[in-house]
Amino acid sequence: MKFWEVVMPDGNSDPPSPPPSPPTQTPQRRRPLVDSAVLGTLAFIGTELMFFTGLLSAYNIARARVPASIWPPPDQPRLPVEATAFNSVLLVLSGVLVLAAVEALKRDKKFALPTAVVGWLLGAAFVALQGREWADLLSQGMRMQSSTHASFFYLIVGTHALHAIGALAPMAWVIGRMATKTATVGQLRAAQVFWAFVVLVWPVVYVMVYL
Amino acid sequence: MSQTATHHDHGTATQGHDAHGHDSHGHGHHEEPGFIKKYLWSTDHKMIAQQYMWTGVAMALIGGYLAYAFRMQLAFPGKFIPAYGYMSSLQYNTAVTNHGTIMIFWFAMPVLIAAFGNFLIPLMIGCDDMVFPRINRLSYQVFLLSAIILIASFLVPGGGFNGAWTAYPPLSGNSEYNMAHWGSTLWVLAVALEFVAFLLGGINFITTAMNSRAPGMRLWDMPLVVWMIVIASILFMASVGPLIAGAVMLLFDQNFGTFFFAPERGGDPVLWQHLFWFFGHPEVYVVLLPAMGMSGDIIATFSRKKLFAYKTLLYTVFGTGIISFFVWAHHQFIAGIDPRMANIFTVTTLIISVPIAEMCFLFIATLYGGSITLTVPMLWGLAFVGEFLLGGVTGIFLGASGADIFFHDSYFVVAHFHYTFVPIAIIGFFMGFTYWSPKMFGLMLDETLGKIHFWITIVGFNMIFIPLFFTGLWGDHRRIYNYNNFSELARPELQDLRIIATVGLLIMISAQVFFVINLVKSYFVTKKKAGDNPWKANTLEWQCPSPPPHGNFATMPNVYRGPYEYSLPERESDFWPQNEPPAA
Repeated sequence: MKFWEVVMPDGNSDPPSPPPSPPTQTPQRRRPLVDSAVLGTLAFIGTELMFFTGLLSAYNIARARVPASIWPPPDQPRLPVEATAFNSVLLVLSGVLVLAAVEALKRDKKFALPTAVVGWLLGAAFVALQGREWADLLSQGMRMQSSTHASFFYLIVGTHALHAIGALAPMAWVIGRMATKTATVGQLRAAQVFWAFVVLVWPVVYVMVYL
Repeated sequence: MSQTATHHDHGTATQGHDAHGHDSHGHGHHEEPGFIKKYLWSTDHKMIAQQYMWTGVAMALIGGYLAYAFRMQLAFPGKFIPAYGYMSSLQYNTAVTNHGTIMIFWFAMPVLIAAFGNFLIPLMIGCDDMVFPRINRLSYQVFLLSAIILIASFLVPGGGFNGAWTAYPPLSGNSEYNMAHWGSTLWVLAVALEFVAFLLGGINFITTAMNSRAPGMRLWDMPLVVWMIVIASILFMASVGPLIAGAVMLLFDQNFGTFFFAPERGGDPVLWQHLFWFFGHPEVYVVLLPAMGMSGDIIATFSRKKLFAYKTLLYTVFGTGIISFFVWAHHQFIAGIDPRMANIFTVTTLIISVPIAEMCFLFIATLYGGSITLTVPMLWGLAFVGEFLLGGVTGIFLGASGADIFFHDSYFVVAHFHYTFVPIAIIGFFMGFTYWSPKMFGLMLDETLGKIHFWITIVGFNMIFIPLFFTGLWGDHRRIYNYNNFSELARPELQDLRIIATVGLLIMISAQVFFVINLVKSYFVTKKKAGDNPWKANTLEWQCPSPPPHGNFATMPNVYRGPYEYSLPERESDFWPQNEPPAA
């Protein structure tokens, strides 16, 4: 079963578009190839992808304009490369768990809910730990106005954090519906697809900005 | 607007087209909604289309008023401007900036994409509403908020933003230079919110066209205008990201003391130009394509002929869309980019004229041998192709980097892009309005008044911009507020041309009186009923009542054929609606 295929509520997992029915029959509704919530999310992710592309291209252009010896500026605190690597592992783990939760919900397994909850908590832990790193950097005197490097760091990482929060909030809503057994696979899939985007864009940000 | 929803309208948050089938509340209760639910809080795609359209038209009035003010200043520098007063240089810059911003972002976009997209997509693909009706409602609300913020930016201390609609830093990023700290911040905020609105709309358009088509309607059976609006939405969504990134950076530069674009502290102002035009050039095609699609549909209907080479036309559109991402740096030929890069962008820019020219040829081939009736929408449709052609052809000179070094920032550029944007936005609006308003309101417009309005508008429009090609060639720089300050440009033969252009604008503006008279006469006096299908067209929107009730179709249609089956020799009537079952 391909990942974009979604089990219909009536249990039919195979949605081919019907041939034109004979004129006497009442028209039937089209069975979408990709669930509408997922397709809408994918369209939105396309924009988000270009948004991050814009930010990271701008960062790379600004970086290429100055000698490597002053990027980052020598008088500025170093970025917490190792601690962030640990946080990144949490984030990737969270992405895997949420994906597993979708597959479990699709097969109507009981562990779908706890898997989703743990995945959500790991994601929230990532955001919290990253926030603590920011607080550390700020207390060491690295401000957004300190240098172009610092501006880009706070801008890009902050944008990613906002996206993580923006992905966790609807996911919490879907998990709430899962607890009351009213969530559809399409809804969880839509939340998961956006979360997957947040998870997958992070390694790119990490490699470009931290390393 | 009172006739617009005399039909029974739920106005509630019905899940319009529901792929899951789990959430069908809202059906079944039939109380008449109150004014707010019906007109301001509706999830009905037709009402949202009208909200977008009338908001867009209202904003166009502001944009037109600003154009009137600065054209008067240019024709009669330093003189009193009736209904405006005396114009300072700062006010001049504010007027020019906001004229451009409003006409592109608050008129062309909401009317062509949002209004016609919302109205036409569900009707033309045969479904009852958008896939996400509440997101659709949110989209308009965000848009309205953005319009209010933009208008508010004129009223804050320091006045509105004055750094041109392209907002190049360092002028736009530092209030010491532009002297409009609040104005520039609110301007960026308004533009960003407006993008959010169209993002939400675009998600709806793409998803609806993909998932809600009537049974039997293949992608290749969708009318041209639906294709065009969907592709325009994809282009918009793919190109707007980098500009949002740039806008956030600009906002930080303006307010939080960063210096992404400030050269004196290590920033890079040309970076903004790249981020802006990476969006800005596809944006031209974002607004062009819906207008192109409308004119294609209209030309096929009134030629009573199958649209020539429907699939080829769509392939040229795909090509245009892809190439449009590789032309942006032709806006920076004199901004200090590497000449080798200028070579590449010259080539891509000249290449993109090929698919656009092909579209025009295909429309002409559709006309060839057809039984053409010159109704008002057909006149607008033909005028669109003809006038846009002038804009496209003059673009060739600007796309060639060698010529552009001379033409850059002259009135030649101004005339060129107005020959693209006026056909797109203004002719496009009237084309779509005169063609689809019988469906929207159920009443026909007056043809004679429509023709008077058409001809005076077209004459006025050409009278504005043909002289500006010449003043541009003679060296008129586009950002000068008073030419008397430049002796070599203050010559009477140039000033005469500027006055002709301003008179043209006055003619064009006064022509709109006939449009208003037409609306009043047709909708309040004659009230000639349109019937379901006044133009005898094939597409699905003409197969439901006028105006369409909530839910659009009495029985949901089944589709059997493409949208352009006109004048088939084996059939008695010269059209064949998409949903008419074939004879058994």
